Amino acid sequence: MNSIRSVLEGVGSALILLVRSISHVGTLTRQKARFIEQCYLIGYTTLPIVGILSFFIGSVLALQSGYSMQDFGTQQFIGALVGLSMVRELGPMMVAILLAGRVGSAITAELASMKVNQEVDALVTMNIAPARILVMPRLVAVLFMMPVLTVIANLVGWFGGSIVCKYTGFISVDTQQYFQALRHVVKFKDVIDGIIKAEIFGFVVVLVCSSIGLSTRGGPREIGAAVTKAVVTSLVLILVLDYFVTKILLALLS
Amino acid sequence: MFNQFLNSEEPVVRKENTAVGVSVQNVSKSFKTLTVLKDFSLNVEPGEIFVLMGPSGSGKSVLLRHIIGLETPDAGRVLINGKDALSEDVRDHVRMALVFQAGALFNSLSVYDNLALYLREHRLGNEKQIKDKVMQALCLLSLEGAAKKYPSELSGGMKKRVAIARALVMEPQLLLYDEPTSELDPVTAATIDEIIATLRDQYRVTTIVVSHDRDLALSIGDRVGILMDGNLIHVGKPDSLTNPTDKRVSDFLYPTVDLKNPRFKK
Repeated sequence: MNSIRSVLEGVGSALILLVRSISHVGTLTRQKARFIEQCYLIGYTTLPIVGILSFFIGSVLALQSGYSMQDFGTQQFIGALVGLSMVRELGPMMVAILLAGRVGSAITAELASMKVNQEVDALVTMNIAPARILVMPRLVAVLFMMPVLTVIANLVGWFGGSIVCKYTGFISVDTQQYFQALRHVVKFKDVIDGIIKAEIFGFVVVLVCSSIGLSTRGGPREIGAAVTKAVVTSLVLILVLDYFVTKILLALLS
Repeated sequence: MFNQFLNSEEPVVRKENTAVGVSVQNVSKSFKTLTVLKDFSLNVEPGEIFVLMGPSGSGKSVLLRHIIGLETPDAGRVLINGKDALSEDVRDHVRMALVFQAGALFNSLSVYDNLALYLREHRLGNEKQIKDKVMQALCLLSLEGAAKKYPSELSGGMKKRVAIARALVMEPQLLLYDEPTSELDPVTAATIDEIIATLRDQYRVTTIVVSHDRDLALSIGDRVGILMDGNLIHVGKPDSLTNPTDKRVSDFLYPTVDLKNPRFKK
């Protein structure tokens, strides 16, 4: 019973935080510095790890599918498989998971530490809404950065797959053939679907991590627990949302 | 530098005299099974320095959090100039500041930015005006050399003074201090006492100080209250505490050290 109550409280506080943050969007032009700083932290500093992971995901996808397809002699379709998988599923999903682990954890740790050290209370006594300067710039920044990270993840993943296809003996699909199959299958609509998913995942991750951070009470142990809770909740939500958002997008597509 | 600003024509805090009165009416507050305040009432007059003393855990800090609107009472209400402390009207139109016990400085901002944040966020002047105001507050507390430092680089006493300076730039009508002299050496503690009294004398800021410091209460308080087990057991002028008739008050203010029969063994 207590755990159900705690989940409902968490959902409630996240929704309240969302409404409060949206009500402060008008102040964004006065918070350019904070917005740019968050774009830098969410986008630029996450880029290297997104690049490395996407490259190897694209590579291993090509390797595994090449291994399976060689029995049927259908290796020439690997480009289509890697292209579509990256753009519709793995690109947005991997970027969101990395965001939760790298940025979400940092957001929760920072906000929880501010809460425990009464810095958030100090903001409230100054009549400065924490949602305005601590959450809203992060939510807007993640909406700007997720499409960029996702597109880069897709391109690097495709590239990783093409390298494997070219230099793996039992696949032997040249780059031109690989991208021809990819272009034939992957449509602009697929890219947009992937970006929509990434936007939803990124927004939810930042909102959940901020909400858990700002709800923290206690000391250093509670800060650690809050970070764990934020990352685990974000990962679960990404996977659950992935199914439902995909279902809705496929229904819209058909 | 301190005198220069105290004697200057241009006040560091607000020009108008708009100190506010505080009325705590029958406030009760519990956290789970722990009752912190029980039907607590208190009136603080505009421009008064009220010192609230009491044992640790008696609910002093919780009371301050109610007055500034950080806590909602289970029963009763807190009025600031006759209006509910939790109302938007009070939040938007009454300038209240709380000097937190641990400072609650923004660790990611420099001392200068800690002070400037309020002015910038509420657009109370251009950068030059903000700089002038911040530097005045820093000079008033002899902190001009610490403007570029970060809170982690400051001593305990400096953190307290920065917290007071941060409250000052808000030009508060009601200034609350939570243990302003705890963990400070006697000279720094006396300096903080002088600053609190000077600010009230010069700008008529209504001041509520929560403290264990008997010297502070006796030297700068207009009235002193003793809070025990969620209730006020004594309210009066500081001289009423020199020879208290209530045994609980005398035991609290003038405890004897009995090595033959120590308290912790009772």
